[in-house]
Amino acid sequence: MSEHESFDGSLAGEVRAATGLNVSACYQCGKCTAGCPMAEEMSLKPHQMLRLAQVDSRERLFEDDSIWLCLTCETCTARCPNGVDPARIIDCLRELALRAKASPPRRIAAFHRSFLEQIRENGRVFEFGLVANYKMRTGDLFADVTAAPGMLVRGKLALLPKGIEGIGEVRRIFATCAQAARKEGR
Amino acid sequence: MKLGYFPGCSLHATAREFDRSLKAIAGPLGFELEELEDWSCCGATSAHQTNHLLAVLLAARNLALAESQGIRQVMAPCAACFSRLATARHEIAHDEALGTRVNEVLRGEFANSVEVQSILALLRPMTSKIQESAKAGLRGLKVACYYGCLLLRPPEVAQFDDVEAPSSMEQIVEAAGARPVKWGKRLDCCGAGLSISRTASVVRLGRAILEDARAAGAEALVVACPMCHTNLDLRQKAMLQRGEAQLPVLFLTQAVGLGLGLEPGELGLARHIISTKALIARVSSGGESAAQAS
Amino acid sequence: MPRIGVFVCHCGENIGRTVDCARVARELGELPGVAHAVDYKYMCSDPGQRLVKQAIAEKGLDGVVVAACSPRMHERTFRRACSASGLNPYLCEMANIREHCSWIHEDRQAATAKAIDLTRAIVEKVKRNRPLEPIRIPVEKRALVIGGGIAGIQAALDIAEGGGEVVLVEKEPSIGGHMSQLSETFPTLDCSQCILTPRMVEVYQHPRIKLLAFSEVEAVGGYIGNFEVKIRRKARCVDETKCNGCGECQSVCPNKKVPSEFDQELGRRTAIYVPFPQAVPNIPVLDRESCALFKGRAKGFKEDACGKCKQACGREAIDFEQQDSFVTEKVGAIVVATGFQLYSIGKDQPTPQLKGYGEYGYGEIPDVIDGLQFERLASASGPTGGVIKRPSDGKEPKTIVFLQCIGSRDAAKGIEYCSKICCMYVAKHTMLYRHKVHDGRAYVFYMDIRAAGKGYDEFTRRAIEKEGAIYLRGRVSKLERAGDVIKVYGADTLSGEPVTIDADMVVLATAVRPQPGIESLAQKLSISYDAHGFINEAHPKLRPVETSTAGVFVAGACQAPRDIPDSVAMASAAATKVLGLFSNKELEREPTVATVNESLCTGCFHCERVCPYGAVERRELKDGEGNLNKVAAHVNKGVCQGCGTCQATCPSKSVELQGFTDEQIWAAINAL
Repeated sequence: MSEHESFDGSLAGEVRAATGLNVSACYQCGKCTAGCPMAEEMSLKPHQMLRLAQVDSRERLFEDDSIWLCLTCETCTARCPNGVDPARIIDCLRELALRAKASPPRRIAAFHRSFLEQIRENGRVFEFGLVANYKMRTGDLFADVTAAPGMLVRGKLALLPKGIEGIGEVRRIFATCAQAARKEGR
Repeated sequence: MKLGYFPGCSLHATAREFDRSLKAIAGPLGFELEELEDWSCCGATSAHQTNHLLAVLLAARNLALAESQGIRQVMAPCAACFSRLATARHEIAHDEALGTRVNEVLRGEFANSVEVQSILALLRPMTSKIQESAKAGLRGLKVACYYGCLLLRPPEVAQFDDVEAPSSMEQIVEAAGARPVKWGKRLDCCGAGLSISRTASVVRLGRAILEDARAAGAEALVVACPMCHTNLDLRQKAMLQRGEAQLPVLFLTQAVGLGLGLEPGELGLARHIISTKALIARVSSGGESAAQAS
Repeated sequence: MPRIGVFVCHCGENIGRTVDCARVARELGELPGVAHAVDYKYMCSDPGQRLVKQAIAEKGLDGVVVAACSPRMHERTFRRACSASGLNPYLCEMANIREHCSWIHEDRQAATAKAIDLTRAIVEKVKRNRPLEPIRIPVEKRALVIGGGIAGIQAALDIAEGGGEVVLVEKEPSIGGHMSQLSETFPTLDCSQCILTPRMVEVYQHPRIKLLAFSEVEAVGGYIGNFEVKIRRKARCVDETKCNGCGECQSVCPNKKVPSEFDQELGRRTAIYVPFPQAVPNIPVLDRESCALFKGRAKGFKEDACGKCKQACGREAIDFEQQDSFVTEKVGAIVVATGFQLYSIGKDQPTPQLKGYGEYGYGEIPDVIDGLQFERLASASGPTGGVIKRPSDGKEPKTIVFLQCIGSRDAAKGIEYCSKICCMYVAKHTMLYRHKVHDGRAYVFYMDIRAAGKGYDEFTRRAIEKEGAIYLRGRVSKLERAGDVIKVYGADTLSGEPVTIDADMVVLATAVRPQPGIESLAQKLSISYDAHGFINEAHPKLRPVETSTAGVFVAGACQAPRDIPDSVAMASAAATKVLGLFSNKELEREPTVATVNESLCTGCFHCERVCPYGAVERRELKDGEGNLNKVAAHVNKGVCQGCGTCQATCPSKSVELQGFTDEQIWAAINAL
């Protein structure tokens, strides 16, 4: 593979530059889709995501919710006959989609934001804070309310966050990554 | 044997019983855990699905901490934490530029020398010890060992057991006196990553797993991941249809602890949403005849 | 003073564009010892060759240098021209000023200077050339054919029909190979055994074919025209000269439960057995590992535990004490036709590169079978009499799923090549299935349909359009046993949907691999093979049935996955090559071989160790009274390929390669 491909502006080139993986190695056998637990809920199946990446169709990929449904269970990667690593490529597509300012499904975006905010704030994730933050973002106040009391009684939900000493380092990590993403997103 | 211990967020909260049962079996099995000081979240799903560098760095911070604390091997009982730490280690080892970047941000001399171990890798070599110590054991309790996604996959990262036909968890519970059943969905994903944001998907996936385990004759599900546990225990009632029997979900460490004859209280068995009372009665005295009757 | 002629060729524009050929001729003409130098537009043309011939005659040349293209292209042309004018052809050499100069340079000045240098070097070499005579070796007009499948059978019959003698070696008890196991053949659906067994009988009855079944090649010596092959005749425990194939021994054998290799373990055989009724030769073999008598002896029983077959044999043909024996055959040519085996999806694999399919249960799910097993189920002579029954419970499968590319085109499992025959035989299987189970459904998971052959695409279209096979384009992620069925988790990439099928039986089209042991056979024959063990042909386009060793030919699926028509065509081609070889009284070989100056040789035998062809022998030198003086190296001219490794290695400088002596090479180098 020529080094120039990474810089040819194609989606396959961007994936290659970010992951070292070769989207062209996918021969569309569909074994990823065949074993994907979420395939039936995806409008674009895993092999179709790879196909669209091959033909540089980023709008269709980024406008669709499907890439956000991947659970990264790695079944596709473990069974891919040609070493393509679809799970890693889909992760990369999600990151590129975010940089292209494409928006993930609202609730999934809210979850990821809440989760990462917890880490940035406390260094660790506290489910109570996580769920509260998530509910604020989604306005989905009644989801899972039935589960919470049971969890509280059983000591499953910690109410108060406990900080870590190295929080400065964690925040520096976040700052570095945010800066890198802005730079690469252009 | 002293081992670095990375509990991760779950074992300090929703899955406290995983932590407790792990510590409970450590004495009888002769290992000692040294919790990593000042550890931070591995980044989990949200980091790697949105920002690869963030995912690597959040995990690497913990590996670097371990290194600076003189720990050579870190055991992460949570399958997701294990996967994130092991993936970061693997990627840094295979990508020199990434390694340099990590060192720049962490401002240290990080050599990526810490090995990452799963709970399966910790317990499998102890099967003979478990067998010796488990007197009455689990009395032939029929269990479905559920590996889920990240304990073994991808094989290049996990580097443990046969990724498509594993046997380590079965060996461990067998040593504790259980009878592992043969079933099909033990490697399928339960969908925990979408547990909060897309609950309907998770209910569909979890239901298929529970159905398959029950059809194979399992009396309990054994898991080694707090996400799987939360999903299959907390959400089980939503997964079942009216009148369907509940299936207790045990952490592997709880199953081993029960087999070793530890008190259910020590193992945190009362903390589950799906009651474990009948199961505890089944494996304490008189359980054998109950097994035959079933 | 030598009288060398230099002939500089323009090769049209090929050389002339970048090299000033006239100047090359001019400058070479001034070299001492060069008696004649000219340039010409096309030296290889008739008028060009005439220039060479005339100059030899008129100027009394004693050496010729043609500065033109590669010697691989035209050395023979110009050596023939010299020979025609009475000059020893080995006094003619070429300086390559095309591939080594004009084609790779742009600067005319520099290229011309380089052409002059290259030509001058060869002139200095030719000054030291000596006349050589080609080596003549006699040809043994017998061929060894290794492997008695359809390729070996065809090669043996063609050679024998052409007048050659044949020794056919087959490692199994019977010839026939995999073709004898097939039920019907594509694309005509004619019965495999019906077309094959008459050919097997022909082999057996042919006066010029000697059949050595249940035998293996042990060692190979010699060279083209003169091979000496040691063959192991494995002990059958049956005297072939006495047995008349009556079958009495089989009918009395008490162990009737041995899995039959011929039926791919779907059927049973006795311990003493003929693999199938049409076997050739129709002589049983006693499988010692399954025989009660031998098992008893292995346990140290004092008395033999059985002996029923021996008692039943009216011709006293059974001999429990028979041992492996060896025969040596002299042959002039060898045809390798050892065929293929199928990849198995099991966890244990023969090499670390190969991996099994854990996602398909590592071969431990009953009713997941392979293509050859399906052939036996569909065959009228098979274990079910041609009724499709699944192995686990004998139930007729109403839903059957065929998976293509199992192992093949799967780099993760270690096999990236296409096995070529599967698309066709799977289409055939769906038809055979539908002809036998009218209300059954056949699904095929495939990646691409590769049906390039006469009548092939029509055949696969027929399976789909007329015979109801449902083709789904995709691989299967997992096979899962679920109660009475096998859950097939696949995808149809054409509709874009995941597909789950509850199958009664699954048939895997597993990859074609060369036979086990092919590497060690190839090493005995000094022929090369690829990373998968397939025998390499000498040239992928122009020499498809020759190998890297002269006189050794290749046919059939041991070279690459092949179907029957391909194997037969290759076998006939190899036979033609053998017969062409046999049409010579003796063979002429280039005399560029190594010779040993025995008086200088110190007998260190470094040359023997480095020779890749095993051409170095040890020769005892004796004085007039027969006392041993010393042991010196000797090069067998028939085997030597002229690589020169011995010459480079020899510490006493007693080995020289004819035509490439140290003196010649140094002279050429010093001229630069």
